[in-house]
Amino acid sequence: MARKLPLIHRYLRKDKKFPTVWCPGCGIGVVLGSLIRAVHNAGIPKDDVVLVSGIGCTGRMPVYVDFNTLHTTHGRALTFASGVRLANPRLKVITVMGDGDAIAIGGNHFIHACRRNIEITAIVVNNFIYGMTGGQFSPTTPTGDISATSPYGNLAQSVDICELARDCGASYVARSTIYHVNEMEKQIARAVTTSGFSVVEVLSTCYSRYGKLNQKGSPREMFLALKDQTVPIAKAAGDGRISRGVFIDRAEAAYSDTYQAIVAKAREHDAGEPLPLLDPARTGGTR
Amino acid sequence: MQETTTEIRFASPKRYIEESLIFKKGQLGEVGFLSGNEACAYGALAAGLGFYAGYPITPSTEIAEILSYRMPALGRVFIQMEDEIASMGAIIGASLTGLKSMTATSGPGFSLMQENLGYACIAEVPCVVVNVQRGGPSTGLPTSPAQGDLMQARWGTHGDHPIIALYPTSVQEAFELTMVAFNLAEKYRTPVLFLMDEVIGHMREKVVFPREGQIPVLERRKPPKGLEKFQPFAEDDGLVPAMSAFGEGHRYHVTGLHHDPAGYPTLRPDEINRWFERVFAKIEQNLDDILLYREEDLEDAETVILSCGITARAARAAARQARKQGLKVGTLTLQTIWPFPEKLVRDLGSRVRRILVPELNRGQLIREVQRCVRHPEVAIGGINRLDGGVITPAQILEKLEERSWPGSSH
Repeated sequence: MARKLPLIHRYLRKDKKFPTVWCPGCGIGVVLGSLIRAVHNAGIPKDDVVLVSGIGCTGRMPVYVDFNTLHTTHGRALTFASGVRLANPRLKVITVMGDGDAIAIGGNHFIHACRRNIEITAIVVNNFIYGMTGGQFSPTTPTGDISATSPYGNLAQSVDICELARDCGASYVARSTIYHVNEMEKQIARAVTTSGFSVVEVLSTCYSRYGKLNQKGSPREMFLALKDQTVPIAKAAGDGRISRGVFIDRAEAAYSDTYQAIVAKAREHDAGEPLPLLDPARTGGTR
Repeated sequence: MQETTTEIRFASPKRYIEESLIFKKGQLGEVGFLSGNEACAYGALAAGLGFYAGYPITPSTEIAEILSYRMPALGRVFIQMEDEIASMGAIIGASLTGLKSMTATSGPGFSLMQENLGYACIAEVPCVVVNVQRGGPSTGLPTSPAQGDLMQARWGTHGDHPIIALYPTSVQEAFELTMVAFNLAEKYRTPVLFLMDEVIGHMREKVVFPREGQIPVLERRKPPKGLEKFQPFAEDDGLVPAMSAFGEGHRYHVTGLHHDPAGYPTLRPDEINRWFERVFAKIEQNLDDILLYREEDLEDAETVILSCGITARAARAAARQARKQGLKVGTLTLQTIWPFPEKLVRDLGSRVRRILVPELNRGQLIREVQRCVRHPEVAIGGINRLDGGVITPAQILEKLEERSWPGSSH
């Protein structure tokens, strides 16, 4: 009897060569599985999903999935995604980015996507390192950790992606890990159905380029550490464990909706008086 | 290639006349008095601009200001992004959903755009990038003209790639060539650069608006409906693959990596070579369509002045004056500077004795002329200015009157 294929196989591209580029022990595939199930359960048709990524290990995710997929330049996924979403508001736009992609080179775009509260879901796979280039420290690498470019220990503080997103105005902000698959899936499902900018940070593992350098043990031990070193927000005790859960879920005016209101206003003006900006009396005919 | 001249696509001339600050009453619908930046913005609207993203920068900002006010009223999209990198990314994303897209900037912003401009090149995404040039390098001379970005336009983004760059000499051309820029972008699936001089961007001149249909409005070619398997970079139906929009059901992959016809990353030398051959061929085999230029008094010319933009106007004035003095001078004005009209200039080199290349830089266009003209007896001279001023007809005339140019046998 033929074994029933898991759901995700209905979403993977059949003409794309597998296996993936990801190393054994990598957590990114787990995120991909959760993303597919979340989109499926939300009932969003494949044709309406645009999956956008930047550069890095996480950036390679879209090519495997049977959506409209866009693998952009380093750090710029949200800029392309903003163009897609504004140009065709019918589309469900999801970006997947790594920690360096989203917060270092793409940090400015991340801040402004939050501020605009534009209808995009940003999944940030945080594995604490630049994996694809061989393990250099990123903005989320803990202080003191060893990397290929911090052989004496990482000097800077690490950034809290969720706090950043919340403070900059995102509608929905949550954090989970690749160990807590069900929780992650629920968060992504909520993120893709919320209006406004939604951020799900997923703590992940990079055994090859981070774990080995910092004596984090086997891939299995690294997975388990995500369980031990995180705690649900409600039970956070200030003991250094990272909080998991939903940090904010608020209904704020989203960018496309606001833009539609501007369109209506502009059309009203269009039918009547000339707009003040181009009123010769106001500008005096020179600028 | 479809040609549409419908009312919907071509915004009514009356509308953009009414919007221009000053217009001649009684000739409504025909003549306007606009700056180059205004003409560029209205030309884009006439061409069917659907999406504009930009970041404020002198001397291009009026383009964004006008579009921030016109685009919403037309139900189209305007967004001010956080920087020029983001602006370039946004217009590529929007173009992938099927909208005609544009951004406008100046030197420093154009530098930031180079990264994603390369993406538009490798992924063959139609878009128009306006660079109202100012003096450089760096912050340079924000409010003064310069023609220092010619080579950056050609080679600014890393890696080998073809590019199209248009260059107006007047406000009239700013309007018309902006429309042409969109047509070329959509027709050849390529970013098209639109270089303007600061003085043209800010100068007001009479514009005779083209009548509907006078400049056709072209749309990108779509794959046939109901196509089972769509290949976004297919080579089998011509050099320019049909382009489906995201959301139209073809669910394809776009990447900045080298890719196979299906759009998936490849490291295969044969596929990479085929891609390079095709994207260069799609431009090089259509030069008759892409190369725009104007020749004046070349039939018997012994000296030709080759130039672009504002400098071309001084060149034409100087040439006419020189004729009065009995000098056989003609002009070649390039409206398409990239690809460079190699054959045209090479042929010219076999007919004339001297070629003069005035330009507001240290000599960028002249390198191309030197590269193309292979007759050692032809003297090639330059006039250069980089201090924020323009080259005057008198300066050019003085050079024309010189009996021998340094390094020449004449």
